Amino acid sequence: MLSLVVFLPLAVAAALAPLPSTVSPRVFTVGWVCAAATDALLVLVVWLVHGASAGLTFEQRVPWIPGAGVGYHVGVDGLSLPLVGVTSVLFLACAVHSVHRTRGVKGFVLLFLFLQTCCLGLFTALDLILFFVYFDLSIVGMYFVIAGWGGGNAGPSALKFFLYTFLGSLALLLGFLGLYLAAEPHTFDIVELARATPLSGRGVFGALVLGAIGAGLLIKTPVFPLHTWMPPAHTDAPAVGSVILAGVLLKMGTYGFVRIAMPLLPRAWNEYAWLVVLLGVVSVLYGALVAFAQEDFKRMVAYTSVNHMGYVILALGSVGLAVGSAEQARVLAVTGAVTQMVSHGLLTGVLFLLAGALHARGGTHAMGQYSGLAGPAPVFAGVMAVTVFASFGIPGFSGFVAEFQILAGALATAPLAAALALPGILVTAALLLRALHRICLGERPPIPPRPTGASHDVTDLRANELTAMLPLLGAALLIGTLPRWLLAPIESGAVHLVGAIG
Amino acid sequence: MESGFTALLPETALATGAVLGLLLGSWLPLRHQWPVRLMAVLACLFGLAAVFAAPPLPHPVFGGSYAVDVATQTGRVVVLGGTLLVILLSAESVRSHPRESEFHVLVQLGALGTLVLLGATDLSLLVAGYLLASIPLYALAGFRRDPVGTEAALKYYLLGALFGVVMIAGATLLYGVGRSTGYAVLARTLPTAPPGVVAVAAVALLAGLLFKAGAVPTQFWIPDVTRGADAAVAALVTTLPKVGGLVALFRLVDGVFPADGGWPVLFAVLATAAMTLGNLAALNQPTVRGLLAYSTISQVGYLLLAVTVAVESEFAGPALLYYLLAYAVTNLGAFAMVCRFPHAETPRDYRGLARWRPGAAVVLLVCLLGLVGTPPTAVFLGKLRVFLAAVDGGYGWLAVVAVVNTVISLFYYLRWLVPVFLPAVSVRDGGPVPAGGRAALGGGIAASVSLLAGIGAGLFLPLLNGPVLP
Repeated sequence: MLSLVVFLPLAVAAALAPLPSTVSPRVFTVGWVCAAATDALLVLVVWLVHGASAGLTFEQRVPWIPGAGVGYHVGVDGLSLPLVGVTSVLFLACAVHSVHRTRGVKGFVLLFLFLQTCCLGLFTALDLILFFVYFDLSIVGMYFVIAGWGGGNAGPSALKFFLYTFLGSLALLLGFLGLYLAAEPHTFDIVELARATPLSGRGVFGALVLGAIGAGLLIKTPVFPLHTWMPPAHTDAPAVGSVILAGVLLKMGTYGFVRIAMPLLPRAWNEYAWLVVLLGVVSVLYGALVAFAQEDFKRMVAYTSVNHMGYVILALGSVGLAVGSAEQARVLAVTGAVTQMVSHGLLTGVLFLLAGALHARGGTHAMGQYSGLAGPAPVFAGVMAVTVFASFGIPGFSGFVAEFQILAGALATAPLAAALALPGILVTAALLLRALHRICLGERPPIPPRPTGASHDVTDLRANELTAMLPLLGAALLIGTLPRWLLAPIESGAVHLVGAIG
Repeated sequence: MESGFTALLPETALATGAVLGLLLGSWLPLRHQWPVRLMAVLACLFGLAAVFAAPPLPHPVFGGSYAVDVATQTGRVVVLGGTLLVILLSAESVRSHPRESEFHVLVQLGALGTLVLLGATDLSLLVAGYLLASIPLYALAGFRRDPVGTEAALKYYLLGALFGVVMIAGATLLYGVGRSTGYAVLARTLPTAPPGVVAVAAVALLAGLLFKAGAVPTQFWIPDVTRGADAAVAALVTTLPKVGGLVALFRLVDGVFPADGGWPVLFAVLATAAMTLGNLAALNQPTVRGLLAYSTISQVGYLLLAVTVAVESEFAGPALLYYLLAYAVTNLGAFAMVCRFPHAETPRDYRGLARWRPGAAVVLLVCLLGLVGTPPTAVFLGKLRVFLAAVDGGYGWLAVVAVVNTVISLFYYLRWLVPVFLPAVSVRDGGPVPAGGRAALGGGIAASVSLLAGIGAGLFLPLLNGPVLP
C-alpha cells in the first residue's frame, strides 16, 4: 500500500513521458492533478487505518541488496505519517496551482511527479540507504526545477543548492557507513539499528558519526551557519518549486533527526544536545532578524523558514538535555517539533504561492514596488492577511499549537534557551505584519508597476490559485482549532522516541 | 598442472579470434571485412559463455602462474563485455575502413593482454601481460594516422616503454631477493628479504601497473590519447586497461607484498593525488573529451581506495570489483555519446539534445550523474562499497577526501549535463548532429546496465565475495 502511494506519481510520470511535448499542456497538468489527488486520497486512507497506533503500520520489508545489508523497508508511524500527509497535500496544491502553465510543461510535470515519489519515499523509508537514495534524488530533481524553470540568477543559485546539499548528503552517507560498520550483524535497517543503538558505548566514534549525520541534516534544514544556499535558491526558484523546497525538502533535514540521529545515536545526541539547542536558538534569532532586513518578499519568507526550522531544532535539542526526567515536557517538545514541521509546510507553502501570485502580476518580488493591493485584489489581500497572522503563531492556527508546545516543552528542560528564543516570535510577527502592510495597504500608486510582461491592471487571485491555497489554510485552521486528530498519532510517536533516547 | 586449457577458454577464444582474424583479413577485400568484426564479437561472446559455465572457484592453473578466482572472472566479464561495447561504438568510424580487420585484431589482443594482466600470479606472466595489453593500444591510439592521433600514440608509447622497463627492472629485483617469480613463493620469501630492496623493487613494479590504471603520477598520456585518438579507442584505453592494472595491483598488495611495508599509506597518497588532480584539472577542460579524460583519472583515485585497504578490510576486494564493473559500463556509456555526436566537441555543442534526441539526453543523464555517484546507478553503490571499505579499514579521512572530491566533480559533470537540457542555440538548429545509430545503441545498453546493476545489485553482489588469490 505504501509502495503504491510512493510510486504512483512515478508511474504516472512514466506513462506521460512517451507523449510528445507538442500535445496540449493541459494533458500534462490535468494528469498531474489527478495523480496528486489520487495519491492524497490514498494517504488519507493510510491515515485513517493508522489512526493512533503506537508502532509502525503498513510495514513492508523486502530484501533488496542483501549482500550490502540494504533492504527495501518501508512503514509509517506517528512521526512520519504527518509529513507524508503534508507532502501529498502540498504536491496537490502545486499541481492545482500550475494547471494553467504553458511554458515547458512536460518536463516540469514529470520532474514534480518524480520529486513527489522521492519525497514520499523518504518519509516512509526505514532503511538508511533507501533514505539516502531518495534524499539524493530529491536534490537532483530540485536542481533541475530551479535551473530549468527558475528566474533571475537561477543557474548559479541551483548549483549552489546542489553543491551544498550534495555535500550534506555525502556527509550523511559517511555517517550511515559508520552506523553500518558498528552494527553486528552489519545492517542499514533503521528499525534494527534503533533496537541495537550500536554506537552507544563508543564515545569518539559515536560523536564523529553524529557529527557527519548532523552536518548533513543541518545543511538541509538549514540551520545557521549552513543556511547560505537557501535564500538564493528560494529567490530564483519557480513559486511551486519554492513551495516544495520549503514545505517538503527542508523537512527532510528535521525529519532525519527524529528518524535517524536521535533514535540511532541516543547517547551522542544527549551529549551534544547543548550544541543543537544553541544552533536552534541562533537560527531562530538570526533568521528572524535577517528576514526583517529583507526587501524581497520571497527572500524574506525564506529567512523566516530559518527561523521556524530553528524552533524545531531547539525543541529536538532540548529533548536531549534532561535525560530521564521531565518526560512529559520532552514529549511535548517532540510533538511540537513535528507539528511545527507540518504547520510550516502548510503556511510557508501558502506564502510562497502568494509570492508566485505576486510575481505573476507585478513581475517582481520587491516589496517596495507594491502598495495598496487590497483595493484591486481584495481576495489576495485577505488570504495574505490570514496567512501572515497564522504564520507568526496567532491562536487558532497550526503555528500557535506548534510553537506553544515547543516553547512549553523546552521551558522545562532548557529554560534559558526558550527564553532567548521567545523574542524571535515577536520579530517574526513584526516583519510579517510589515510585509502585509507594505504590499496590501497604503496608497495605490498612480500607475501600477509594470515591468516587462506584466499586465497593466492588477488582477485578483484566479480560481486555481485560490483552490491551491485554501485547503492549505483550511488544514492549518483545522490543526489550530481541533488538533487532536493530528496530535494523537504524533504523541504516540513522540513517546516512543523519548523512551528510546532515555 | 592442476588444470588444462579449459580454465583459459576466454583467453584462448580471444587469441584465436585475433589470429584467425588477421589471417582472414588479409584475404578479404578491403571494403568488406565485416567477417573479422563478426569473429571478434563471437570470440567475446564465447569467452563470456565460458566464464559463466566455469566450474566453482577458485583455482590456480598452470603451476600457480595464473589464478582463476572471483577477481579474474569478474574482470573477464567486464573486459569482454566492454570489448563488445567498444566494437559497437567503433562501428561508425571503422566500418568499411581499409584497415578494419587490423582494428579488431588489435582490440582483441589488447583485451587478451588485459585478461593476462588481471589473472597473472607470476611476475613474468605479469610483465608479458603488460606488454600484450600495451602494444596493441599504442597502435590503436594512432589508428587514424592524423597528427593529433600520432602525437598521442607516440606519447603513449614512450611513457609505456619507460614504465615497462621500470616494471621489468622491479620484477627482476624481486626475483633476485625473493628467489622466485611466483606470487605464492614471493609471499613467503619477501618478508625476510632486505626491506629496502623490496621497497624499491615493488615501487618499480607498481609504476607499470599504475601506468595501466592511468593513475597519478603516470597519467600524462591519458588526456592526449583521449583527445587525439578515435572516440571508440579513447573509450577503450580509458576503461579496460584500468581493470587489468587495478586487479593486478590488488593481488600484489593483498597477498604478496610484506604487510608492514607501509603500502596503505602510499596508496592513500596516490588515491588522494589521483582524485584531486583529476578533478581539479577536469574543472577547466574546454572539451568534453578532455573532461572525460580527467574524470577517468579521478575515478582511478576512488578505485585506489579499495587497494589502500586491501589487507585491512574484508570489503575491499568485492568493492573494487563492483566499482570496476560499474565504472567501466558508465564510462563507456558517456563515451558512447561522444561517438554518437562526433562533431560536438564542447559542452555547449550539446545544447538542444534533450529537445531533439531525448533518448541520448537520458543516456547522458544516467551516465554523468552515475559518474558523480548519484543513486540508484551502479557507481553509487560502487562508491558506497569503496567508502565502506575505507572507513572499515581505518582510512576514514580518505573517505572524507573522496567525498569532498565527489562534490568537486559535480561541477564539471554538470557543466556538460546542463547544456543538454537547454534549448538549441538557434531555432533552426536541431541540436548536435548525430553519427550512425550503433553508438546510440551502445550508449543505451551501457546506461541500462549501469542503472540495472545498481538497482539489481542484490542479485549478483554475493557473487563477488570470494578469496582473491595472491
